[in-house]
Amino acid sequence: MQAGRKYSFRSRQVVEKWVEGALLVATVISAVAIVSILLLLVCFCLPLFTSGELGEVFSLQWRPFGGRYGILPMCAGSLALSLLALALAFPPAIGICFLAHSLAPPAVARFLVTLIHFMTGIPTVIYGFVSVFLLVPRMRDWLEAGTGFTLLTAALTLSILILPTIALVFHARLERIDPNLRLASGAMGFAPIEQVRHVLIPAASQGLLTAAILGFGRAIGDTLISLMLAGNAPQFPASLFTSVRSLTAHIALVLATDSASMAYQSVFASGLILFLLIGVINLFIRRFDRISKRDVYEKHL
Amino acid sequence: MKQVNGPWFVPVLLVMSILLPLNQGYCGALENFKGMEGTISIAGGTAHIPVMNDAAKNIMTFNPAVRITVEGGGSGIGVQKVGEGLVDIGNTGRALSPVEIEKYGLKSYPFALDGVATVVHPRNPVADLSPEEIRDIFAEKITNWKEVGGKDAAIHLFSRDEASGTREVFWKKLLDKGPVATSANIVPSNGAMKVAVAQDPEAIGYVSIGHVDESVKAVSLAGVAASQENALNGSYPVVRKLYMNTRGDPSRLVQAFIDYILSPDGAEIIKRHGYFSLQ
Repeated sequence: MQAGRKYSFRSRQVVEKWVEGALLVATVISAVAIVSILLLLVCFCLPLFTSGELGEVFSLQWRPFGGRYGILPMCAGSLALSLLALALAFPPAIGICFLAHSLAPPAVARFLVTLIHFMTGIPTVIYGFVSVFLLVPRMRDWLEAGTGFTLLTAALTLSILILPTIALVFHARLERIDPNLRLASGAMGFAPIEQVRHVLIPAASQGLLTAAILGFGRAIGDTLISLMLAGNAPQFPASLFTSVRSLTAHIALVLATDSASMAYQSVFASGLILFLLIGVINLFIRRFDRISKRDVYEKHL
Repeated sequence: MKQVNGPWFVPVLLVMSILLPLNQGYCGALENFKGMEGTISIAGGTAHIPVMNDAAKNIMTFNPAVRITVEGGGSGIGVQKVGEGLVDIGNTGRALSPVEIEKYGLKSYPFALDGVATVVHPRNPVADLSPEEIRDIFAEKITNWKEVGGKDAAIHLFSRDEASGTREVFWKKLLDKGPVATSANIVPSNGAMKVAVAQDPEAIGYVSIGHVDESVKAVSLAGVAASQENALNGSYPVVRKLYMNTRGDPSRLVQAFIDYILSPDGAEIIKRHGYFSLQ
């Protein structure tokens, strides 16, 4: 601020204009990148639409050497995997948030927040690698779950991956809740746990949803965990103990095939589905953030 | 030659006289790199990696001005990357298709013969399978090890991804283009296959013979051991050539690398990793 005074009002205006311009350029570049990715995917998928092979891609069987190129098993695999991971990660993540926010002593709370921050920094491949050697043999021997490379194995590991995402998002939302709400409920004699149950959860319901949707998006977009742990068998998830292939793993596995083949085309369809799915998820979040202004208890800074 | 002044030198001389001709070839092939500098990037088939790495190490030790990078990715990646000009050499574990050669103008250099072995866990008592049994296992007609002389346990199938050269030769030459069960687990590389099979006592999979070590057991095929000798004399049928591919004519440096792989010294490296040199 001190330095700012040296400049005249006019020169500061010039600087601000430049900054504005630079930011605008950056924004335009990112926006153009996103739009061109979408256009590119659509372009690559176009042959599928025009040649009438779309039905073949959206069919139930993937047997590339028998002329069947259906990616629906992979769509189902991705959905099952992400939903299961979300179901596993959501309750502990929310629990950790309430502990860190209002229930635990300050020292423990600080430790929890640090832990969550630390967890976000662990590379995905570490989780995958450790699971291959620790979790997979356990699944195979204890649960007799086939090869051990199963839907459940991948979902468990994936849940650890998305837990910090959910926790961080929700914790940030909790912090934004008007402290007067808690003070008032405390003054009315609510115990901390009752405050959580009757005040914080209702007040943060929107944050809960946002955190869950973001966690789901993170889960469905992850490639490495499912590639390393889910077994990659192109079949519908009949039970927790079947091998499944996610859309992301499918892209990773098939991308290297002959670029003239139908199998290669299916990669772009998979990419488009993923892209649109993530897009829809984002739209959902925007909508939920906008509706029901009446029930907003968060302070917008 | 130096003055020899003691009988202790005789054995040394003997050893040298044996090694010298070999050494000559070694120097000869590396000699080409003298005064050269630049980088060679290599990507593609995962079966090639051990050979490429050793050759790269020797060359870079001889002449540090030459940098060589070796990546995997699989045969499909090898074709794509060299075709798009992203790497200098794209390795494949299969012959290029006419479409690929025409599309990118690729030149192929076969340099080694490799077999694909059916592998099981080392503790698995099954040591020999007929081609029919293997076909039935991969088609899920046989689902329990006791049907082929093992213990009473479900067979865990492991196969390779769609772009794998190893998968292609196994499927064509051993499975006779027969079906592979969709429930089979798919792993993305020879290394991952070895890890998966080595961990699972009920697993069956297949890897390039060069990758077979004590962590997995290669089963013999109707009495014929899956060894490089049998692959070379034709009695073990599940074989393929390993290729290096370049787009158009290679540069002088890349040509020197290819010559080195094809030299007697390259043959030595190839043999050391369990493959057989085509020279």
